[in-house]
Amino acid sequence: MESLTALIIGVLTAASVYLMLSRTFMRFLFGLILLSNAVNLTIFASGRMTKGHPALVPYGADAPLQAVGNALPQALVLTAIVIGFGLLAFALALAFETFRRTGTIDTDELRFAEPKEDEPK
Amino acid sequence: MNWVLVFPIAVPFATAVFAYLARNYPAGRWISLAGSVLSLIASAALMVVVLREGVIAAQMSNWDAPFGITLVSDYLSAVMVVITAITGLATAIYALGEIPEETERLGFYALFQMLIAGVTGAFLTGDLFNLYVWFEVMLIASFSLLVIGGGKDRLDAGIKYVALNLVSTLVFLSGIGLLYGVTGTLNMADLRGAVAASDNQGLITVIAMMFMVGFGVKAAVFPLFFWLPASYHTPYFAISAVFAGLLTKVGVYALMRMFTLVFVGDVGFTHEILLWVSLLTMFTGVIGAAAQMDFRKILSFHIISQIGYMTLGLALFTPLALMGGVFYLVHHIIVKANLFFVAGLAKQYAGSTDLNRIGGLYKSAPLLAALFIIPAFSLAGFPPLSGFWAKYLIVKAAIELNMWFVTFVSLLVGLLTIYSMTKIWGYAFWKPHPDGYDPTPDRAPARVTAAMITPIAGLAAMTIIIGFFPEPFVQFAQTAAMQLLDPTDYVTTVLGVQP
Repeated sequence: MESLTALIIGVLTAASVYLMLSRTFMRFLFGLILLSNAVNLTIFASGRMTKGHPALVPYGADAPLQAVGNALPQALVLTAIVIGFGLLAFALALAFETFRRTGTIDTDELRFAEPKEDEPK
Repeated sequence: MNWVLVFPIAVPFATAVFAYLARNYPAGRWISLAGSVLSLIASAALMVVVLREGVIAAQMSNWDAPFGITLVSDYLSAVMVVITAITGLATAIYALGEIPEETERLGFYALFQMLIAGVTGAFLTGDLFNLYVWFEVMLIASFSLLVIGGGKDRLDAGIKYVALNLVSTLVFLSGIGLLYGVTGTLNMADLRGAVAASDNQGLITVIAMMFMVGFGVKAAVFPLFFWLPASYHTPYFAISAVFAGLLTKVGVYALMRMFTLVFVGDVGFTHEILLWVSLLTMFTGVIGAAAQMDFRKILSFHIISQIGYMTLGLALFTPLALMGGVFYLVHHIIVKANLFFVAGLAKQYAGSTDLNRIGGLYKSAPLLAALFIIPAFSLAGFPPLSGFWAKYLIVKAAIELNMWFVTFVSLLVGLLTIYSMTKIWGYAFWKPHPDGYDPTPDRAPARVTAAMITPIAGLAAMTIIIGFFPEPFVQFAQTAAMQLLDPTDYVTTVLGVQP
């Protein structure tokens, strides 16, 4: 299970790096989504892959009855997913607005903040 | 519960909510101003308690460390919180003059207060994952503030800023995940012992490097600084100033915290890398500035070069060097925010920030010229201004270690800083205006000018006070450095037991 997860994380990261090297901002964002999923899986795996029960305490008991899975990384991943989702929504809106106003999201053509020396501002 | 730790975060958050609700009315900006004053009071209260007790901690919802989220403040955190509140107040006043009403209606003040809350939270948290959350609060607020008000250049700058900062956050986040996997804890005080006890020191060093990259992008060190000069010259000046003053410093603070508290197992390796990174940061930053001809672009490159001095203080890792680093951090926030404020007013008077298109400010606005001189020469390290003492401490630390090359680079970068500052002085202030008219302060309404010049004068006064009476500040920095180098107090206060 660990090696399979490691493999998935590796493939996701490789694909995301490939996408992020693209000049188009949309592809970059898709790469970012994959990378953030790879990171989330890393956090999940850091809690150890064990066969266990949900970390729930039955009614009336003081502690879980059986061995339970580590719940903390799941909580962390959940937080990271939510935050990542918000940031991604912002980035997509930014890409859309940029395309609407400038007609391009090719990062080679986006030189409005730093115009080349010989071009008029 | 130690409420004094909660208020500096809660006040700007509450202010953000009220400022958002009142965004369509003039009351919104006064709510923001009042909130900033309250933040300053709250952070001053924190400082008083920290000065009395050394290190204070609070466990959220009474979950004992290391299981719950801890807020903790030592001298370094406390001074950073106070300086954040001061910069926040200065910006809130400055924004009254600069920010147009349409932007206010978009929720400018709410975003601004959210940014302050995020920065303050990052300084106060004692939990690594919580630090990530504060980073994100800060990031999303800064993304929005960077592009607010529109304009092609802002959108372009926004894309670069957003993209690189998101990548750095992911590197930081995966570092957190791996560190948890190795040690099983995320509480920073608890991590110190757990990391030292780990039998997998090689992996720890790899994780340390991930943190260095993650925080390095935020702090804009060589070779990760490209987003900064691509974006800091586009937003409103009030926003540039608060970004320049605070955001990169959060990265430096996080580096200082992690590489004194947690990752000290292989100082010879990690801090050696940091040393070379610092030197290259200082040098490339100042050389980049020399090539620019725009007021704000020059200042942006100087942020990078000055960041190098702070991380150099950390890299040398002696009490004197760290003390210099802490002193530098505080001095730099005041000076750099102020220089961006001055740039905004210069644009208001002369119509541009392109040094080829402006001039004559010395003749028409002598007060502004005088107020520019103070932070500019402080940045370059002229005695008796605050920057002199900051550089003096760092250089002295390098000399004590017999690191002559480091000493040489520090002094050379100081010299080149003077070159850039005199360039701005010569082009913007002394040279006659190229269009042949005198830039007149009357072009702006008196209310606008008053709102913009008050924070400039206030911060300049602070620079002078630190410059002429450095003794208490140096002593404070010394205690802060001692706490960083020997975090026994920090660890015992957070965990509540002897380690």
